Amino acid sequence: MTFPGVKALDNVDLTLRKGEIMALMGENGAGKSTLIKCLTGINAFEAGEIHLEGIEGAVVNHSTLDAQKKGISTVYQEVNLCPNLSVAENLFIGREPRTKLGTINWKEMVKKAQKIIDDLDIKVDATQNLEECSLALQQMIAIARAVDMDCKVLILDEPTSSLDDNEVEKLFTLMRQLKDKGVAIVFVTHFLEQVYAVCDRITVLRNGQLVGEYPINELPRVKLVAAMMGKDFDDLAAIKTGEKQDFSKAPLVVDAKGMSHKGTIKPFDLEIHEGEVVGLTGLLGSGRSELARVIYGADKNQTGELKFRGKKADINAPIDAMKLGMGLLPDDRKAEGIIGDLSVRENIILALQAKRGVFRLLPMSKQIEIADKYIDMLQIKTASRETLIKQLSGGNQQKVILGRWLATDPNFLILDEPTRGIDIGTKTEIQKLVLKLAGEGKSLIFISSEIEEMLRTCSKLAVMRDGQKVGEITENLTQENVMKEIAGMGA
Amino acid sequence: MNKIKKLTGMPLFLPIFCMILVMAVNIIYDVANGNFALNFFTISIRNGILYGRLIDILNRGSEIAILAIGMTLVVSSSAGTDISVGSVMSLAASFCCMLLAGYGVSSTNELAMPLIIGVLGGMLMGCVCGAFNGFLVANLNVQPMVATLILYSAARAIGLLLCNNMIVYVRVPSFKVFGDYVGIIPTPIIIAAVCIIIITLVLKKTALGLYIQSVGINKKASRIAGIKSEKMIFLCYVICGLCAGIAGIVAASRISSADSNNIGKNFELDAILSVALGGNSLGGGKFRLAGSIIGAYTIQAITTTLYAIGVSTEQAPVYKAVIVIIIVAVQAPPVKAFFKKWSAKRQLAKGGAA
Repeated sequence: MTFPGVKALDNVDLTLRKGEIMALMGENGAGKSTLIKCLTGINAFEAGEIHLEGIEGAVVNHSTLDAQKKGISTVYQEVNLCPNLSVAENLFIGREPRTKLGTINWKEMVKKAQKIIDDLDIKVDATQNLEECSLALQQMIAIARAVDMDCKVLILDEPTSSLDDNEVEKLFTLMRQLKDKGVAIVFVTHFLEQVYAVCDRITVLRNGQLVGEYPINELPRVKLVAAMMGKDFDDLAAIKTGEKQDFSKAPLVVDAKGMSHKGTIKPFDLEIHEGEVVGLTGLLGSGRSELARVIYGADKNQTGELKFRGKKADINAPIDAMKLGMGLLPDDRKAEGIIGDLSVRENIILALQAKRGVFRLLPMSKQIEIADKYIDMLQIKTASRETLIKQLSGGNQQKVILGRWLATDPNFLILDEPTRGIDIGTKTEIQKLVLKLAGEGKSLIFISSEIEEMLRTCSKLAVMRDGQKVGEITENLTQENVMKEIAGMGA
Repeated sequence: MNKIKKLTGMPLFLPIFCMILVMAVNIIYDVANGNFALNFFTISIRNGILYGRLIDILNRGSEIAILAIGMTLVVSSSAGTDISVGSVMSLAASFCCMLLAGYGVSSTNELAMPLIIGVLGGMLMGCVCGAFNGFLVANLNVQPMVATLILYSAARAIGLLLCNNMIVYVRVPSFKVFGDYVGIIPTPIIIAAVCIIIITLVLKKTALGLYIQSVGINKKASRIAGIKSEKMIFLCYVICGLCAGIAGIVAASRISSADSNNIGKNFELDAILSVALGGNSLGGGKFRLAGSIIGAYTIQAITTTLYAIGVSTEQAPVYKAVIVIIIVAVQAPPVKAFFKKWSAKRQLAKGGAA
């Protein structure tokens, strides 16, 4: 299988036994997603064969439907369901229960759907529209759909990247159940702890090539990371500069008083000083993203007011915020980040061009210069700067969006889950970048599901719960303290 | 083989290929009838004006080409089509003629007000219609097809109302010039060329093209990146309306009258087809204006060819449909994939033989 200009997979073997959970590991662009797409028939492969238990000879899958019939089901990194249909319809799409007349038996469908999701302990109403569910719930439903199709091989492509710890645990319980039933599971994730929590074996890919296949107890964490990166692990713990700085004397950049957006975030106050990195923490759906979106104007502020660098700021649309020097890297990369059919270059210069206005077109030479600068600086793996962004792997897309914002030279940058679905090497780089930006006197909001990441980068954490800001932690930034606050057990 | 691949890979290969195909049909027809083989391409000067089938196609195709400009932008930004352009042409023509003749006058030999006011009025009417469509689509989130359906059915009636239910004739030489000749060149060709040049310059010198495509591909992400998505879509509809207004004035000038029921009839379909023939996705996003323009003239070339061959006006749409089916099918992804496979196989066979 080759992608334009890049050989995505080169002579890779993968064996999977009945009733085992196999972790498929590798950095962004290592070829994990491509391998999966070859297995499920989305991409045609140019060489090699697939053999399946109970089927004579090589298996050829022409489509995902083909693969599903043979017992290979997949749940992808980004939810691939129909948001405008109900949960039940999504579960049964393409195989709806029929009445005698051949019409769809809606009652039966809803009943069956409700049973499936109840069995998996997913708290949702089967008649609800999918788009009304949180991203995490949608992911669970996608898994429920795959599981219900009696599969022999279940492929989970980063299913946990949008789930919180509680939900991940539920998913693991489910995976273990399936394993006991004899289902073979391929589990792709970037979370190392999760690998060691459920998997039996690990297959590591790098740059489209097989590095090796290891039983889990023969490959400790450090060695795994080394295998993935092809070099020794640059210790993450070394990122943070030792001493704690006092920002209370530094000038205020963001001074929010009583801002809110009906239905998503209750009124909150927030102060961010120059050069400060503020983390927003809380469970998924607690209002982390929503708070940031109100400041940026992605959701309109309805009460209270915002002072930006000492001046009252009226923000009606994101462009107003950008003109003040803000930037927002949204958490839903596919829906709100990338412009899929535009090239890497166009995606990088887009925000800067929008800031300049329609009549001041960046000259092509300047566009190329900027694009090359960030491709180089962020080490974006792309065939060329004119490659369409949708052809890049997820992590590289994220880097392009990051480059887009860096190009606008913001003095206040909101990063909403910048490290989601990104390999560990890049995660480290992004965290370093955050601290570097802060060192240059820029202020940042950093949102992440991984508390350690925020502990390493942030000097202040705002804790969110149920759409409300419930507290701030500036002292004793330890994982334990933060967890307590999030759970509402703080002092 | 590589050269062929390079050629077929060129962005405008298909629209240009279709155009050449239509020309080839003309040449074959001429040869079969014992005419001069390059009859189609012959341009001569008769009675002090340019004459020839090619000139005729460029002339008659002006309105479609002008409409195709606006339609391309609308399709790109909103992933929908403006089906009201034909009716808006008619309304703009009626308004223009009404201004020039005065309300309730059915025929006039002298202008009721300066020509420029009539022309600007017609163009303004087009913009107003476009703004109405744009408001519905961009701000109220109505589906483009439904939103423009309103003016599709209403605009002609409003035009009739403005003309007091009559066909208004403006028999004034200065008005006639838009559909006539400047020197030896037909004026509509010049008008279409000016429109194309202006929009090309705007797309080249400003970031408008990038904004429109960006909004068309991902509206939400464009907004976060600082583009006012609604404003861009609104603007595209206004430009489309303006184009319809200009085309309407040209059409009215050709027949020196505002014939509400016939001006711009079925032109919306030709305009949409131009965009599709040009290799642009009707699903929005990336667009190539040059493709649409070539598409527009291809459609006119088909029509003109059919008339030249002697197909009656009533039967022409059938033949046109057949040709369009072929052209669209050739561009369809499954057919493209088939040919790719086919050529790969052939190459393999060749390699085996060697």
